[in-house]
Amino acid sequence: MAAPQDDTRSKIAVRSLWMTFQRKGDPAQPIHVLEDIHLDVRDGEFVCLVGPSGCGKSTLLNIAGGFLKATQGEILADGRPVLEPDPKRIFIFQENAVFPWLTVEENVGFGVKRETEADRKALVSHYIEMVGLTGFAKTHPRELSGGMRQRVEIARALAAEPDVLFMDEPFGALDYLTRLRLRHELIQIWQREKRTVLFVTHDVEEAVQLADRVVVMGRRPSRIRAIVPVDVPRPRDLDDPTCRMLRDEIFGVMGLDHQGQRVSGDSTGSIQLPPHLRK
Amino acid sequence: MKDRLQSIGLPLLVAIVFVTGWHFAVKVTGSDIFPTPLMVVAGLVELAQKGVLVKYIVASLFRVTAGFLLAVFVGIPFGLLLGWFTPLTRAFNPAIQVLRPISPIAWIPVAILWFGVSDVAPIFLIFLASLFPITTAAMAAVQNIQLVYIRAARNFGITGLDLFRKVVFPAALPQILTGLRLALGVAWLVVVAAEMIAVNSGLGYLIIDARNAGKRYDLVVAGMVLIGLIGLGLDLLIRQMEKLDEVRWGLSR
Repeated sequence: MAAPQDDTRSKIAVRSLWMTFQRKGDPAQPIHVLEDIHLDVRDGEFVCLVGPSGCGKSTLLNIAGGFLKATQGEILADGRPVLEPDPKRIFIFQENAVFPWLTVEENVGFGVKRETEADRKALVSHYIEMVGLTGFAKTHPRELSGGMRQRVEIARALAAEPDVLFMDEPFGALDYLTRLRLRHELIQIWQREKRTVLFVTHDVEEAVQLADRVVVMGRRPSRIRAIVPVDVPRPRDLDDPTCRMLRDEIFGVMGLDHQGQRVSGDSTGSIQLPPHLRK
Repeated sequence: MKDRLQSIGLPLLVAIVFVTGWHFAVKVTGSDIFPTPLMVVAGLVELAQKGVLVKYIVASLFRVTAGFLLAVFVGIPFGLLLGWFTPLTRAFNPAIQVLRPISPIAWIPVAILWFGVSDVAPIFLIFLASLFPITTAAMAAVQNIQLVYIRAARNFGITGLDLFRKVVFPAALPQILTGLRLALGVAWLVVVAAEMIAVNSGLGYLIIDARNAGKRYDLVVAGMVLIGLIGLGLDLLIRQMEKLDEVRWGLSR
């Protein structure tokens, strides 16, 4: 068992991960989604995965969450291979997986593992308050807006007291203003709670605003094309020159200009990365 | 206010026109056998005075309740299991799909052969009639559960029977309830048919007996009216359940 030394220091360690899907009805033409992915996420770190849609970033997250099995390679959590979902690492879904038959309070309490009833209750109301839903404890999800439902899901995840949150485009289905507000709230919560977050988004600005490091993935079959540290104090203003520069850099790595237009070099790996972004 | 006036006033108007038309149609044709609405009401009063009205209603309701509940207790667990375990679906679904289109009425001779002329025969028929819609609904409900609910539950460490109790069943409940409503409607149709043949009490028996014993068509129609009203009542009852928070999320669309 000669594990590389940093495996034990990394909260999440992705080791030479490959993922291939068999195409239904055409097994001769498998879809190669992920190619030799390596990634280390430190404890308490906020890492965003960005990339064009269909690049396999959600697939990577689902493997990390224990919902999918990789074709090759493995993901380690606290040094142990991830084989199945674990309450220590909670997944937050874009589609919103809040249980509609339970009230807000019952949803938030779903994964709580405290001994006494008083403890449970205190924890549940603590997280309901944290996501700004005080007064909605007895409400059913269908009476809430999409943004509020996503807050319930975040509260439910936090109330299970996990070490890691996997967030799969959690704000992707929300309107622009709600998305902006929830980003701010998420950062505030994260700064208070200091959990490790692995956050998938296709929105480069979202990634720059949230992440300690942005992992940029290319088109399928995708590899990690660059890992961009965002060393800007929070809360971050997207109009801040550094943020804008980083955003443009990430677009550049993806082969796009800041308007999202394809630029020369495409995304096939022929462009020259600035030295600090080279892997 | 206007909506309320319309939703009560318009159906009332239709009823008045219908009953009046019925009355004059009987008068104009000079039928000796077919009753006017008033004669039907008199028939109902006669049944009540003889003490059979309540007795027959209770007999029919008892059979429906017994057969339906039996089907609920068998059909829901069976359907949930079928929906959850794909090999079970593959094994049982063809048989279910062959048995399902057989009208419960076709089972009457078999029911009499097995259970004789007793309460058991109609209860068995109602059980059969309700079982297929309930089982099919429960099966489809489980198959339609959104994968994210199952994934989220597993993520929180919920497995096995707990997963069924806490997620699969509640997630399937709205669609199951729709199946129950369908089944109860069919059960009520079937009890009347079964009582015409297999027993000597109940609303179905009332209809066939009134016709056979002296062509009392006032009582025949009285029985029909009762069947309609009670059927409506049963449906309203089950619709009340659709208002519960546990299922409303999956129905209001």
